[in-house]
Amino acid sequence: MGELKKELKVAALENGTVIDHIPSDKLFKVVEILKLSDMDKSITIGNNLISKRIGKKGIIKIADTFIEEEEINKIAIIAPKAKINIIRNYEVTEKHEVELPDELHGIIKCNNPKCITNNEPMQTVFYIQDKDSVRVKCKYCEQVINREDIKLT
Amino acid sequence: MRNESLVSITDYSKEDILEVLENARHFEENPNRRLLEGKVVATLFFEPSTRTRLSFETAVNRLGGRVIGFSDASTTSSTKGETLKDTIMMVSNYVDLIIMRHYLDGAARYASEVSCKPIINAGDGANQHPSQTMLDLYSIYKTQGKLDGLNITMVGDLKYGRTVHSLIMAMSHFSPTFHFVAPDELKIPDDYKKFCDSKGIKYYEHDEFTEEVINNADILYMTRVQRERFTDLMVYEKVKDIYTLHNQMLENSKPNLRVLHPLPRVNEISTDVDDNPKAYYFEQAKNGVYARQAIICKVLGIKL
Repeated sequence: MGELKKELKVAALENGTVIDHIPSDKLFKVVEILKLSDMDKSITIGNNLISKRIGKKGIIKIADTFIEEEEINKIAIIAPKAKINIIRNYEVTEKHEVELPDELHGIIKCNNPKCITNNEPMQTVFYIQDKDSVRVKCKYCEQVINREDIKLT
Repeated sequence: MRNESLVSITDYSKEDILEVLENARHFEENPNRRLLEGKVVATLFFEPSTRTRLSFETAVNRLGGRVIGFSDASTTSSTKGETLKDTIMMVSNYVDLIIMRHYLDGAARYASEVSCKPIINAGDGANQHPSQTMLDLYSIYKTQGKLDGLNITMVGDLKYGRTVHSLIMAMSHFSPTFHFVAPDELKIPDDYKKFCDSKGIKYYEHDEFTEEVINNADILYMTRVQRERFTDLMVYEKVKDIYTLHNQMLENSKPNLRVLHPLPRVNEISTDVDDNPKAYYFEQAKNGVYARQAIICKVLGIKL
């Protein structure tokens, strides 16, 4: 009986944000990027759940918080297929996929060891040059990095 | 003010470039103008570069400004672990303009963000060196009487040569035709070919440095093939002399052809070319002072 109660508590979000279809190996990076550890609202995290679309997935439910689209789009670089559901009064009122923003601050690490961002205590800034192929350009050293070579901070 | 900084040649539009070139011409006619009277300029050279520093300092002096700075970071507090940010914030409180050279890529862009005074990038690692590009453009403009529709042949290290890359970006405003002459190891990167494609600029790649290529050119832009760029020294030994320009190779070149080189040269231009009237690399360096005077005035918003 207790088990069931817990499950219901997880499933039913009265108000808040649900981030679904996060690749399992990227789940905790998403937690980090969105700074969820600093939040005091109820957060439910599930991982290694079976997904038809991406194999194993992670899911995050955040109660009583509506994360801005701009903020949540930061995760597109690691979870391009993530789906965002905004819940109000137990109903899904908005549903959309994440989309890469035009620039990313403090998320990607520059691959160039001689880049100033790897030698000064400062945030990186990357411009997204091509959203489809995910090519990014460092604002500082101007080096272009392809999707397969992107490393996170 | 901080948006007036010149960090990368792409910070300047076609109109900006033409304005600087026009003003460089005025400075060549009369280099001594006291437009910086009462102003103090810092030249912060975290990496030594004698030619660039002296050229900038001459430019400031001819404009009547005063210079403070250092020519080697080993004498500064950056060796004590001071961040670039702290150095720049401190110096920007003292002066009206900072001219800086740094060994790290992107240092000048970062400095322009933290400084309350404008920055001129005098070279940031392997990244950008816009005043060199501007003096290259001024040299081309001066010797050809125009920038539009020229046949520009670039020879040597087209992979790592930042002067080559910046010149491609800057010339892209003026419908050029490029010829890229380089060994396989030092070919022009795909990004620059894609850039040319996107701008509808014609370019041709050659792996041989032939007279046919030279005879078509209006500008021959030579660069140094550096031994340290090669993983296989056998390959270096094989190619190092193939891209050397000798005087007799210029025999049937166009009368308006000029040979440019960002200097220092090692053996890629034979010394027998120096006396040929088509050799322009020493005058090119002299043009640097005028181009830098024009850049300094533009960055400070000083009208001639």
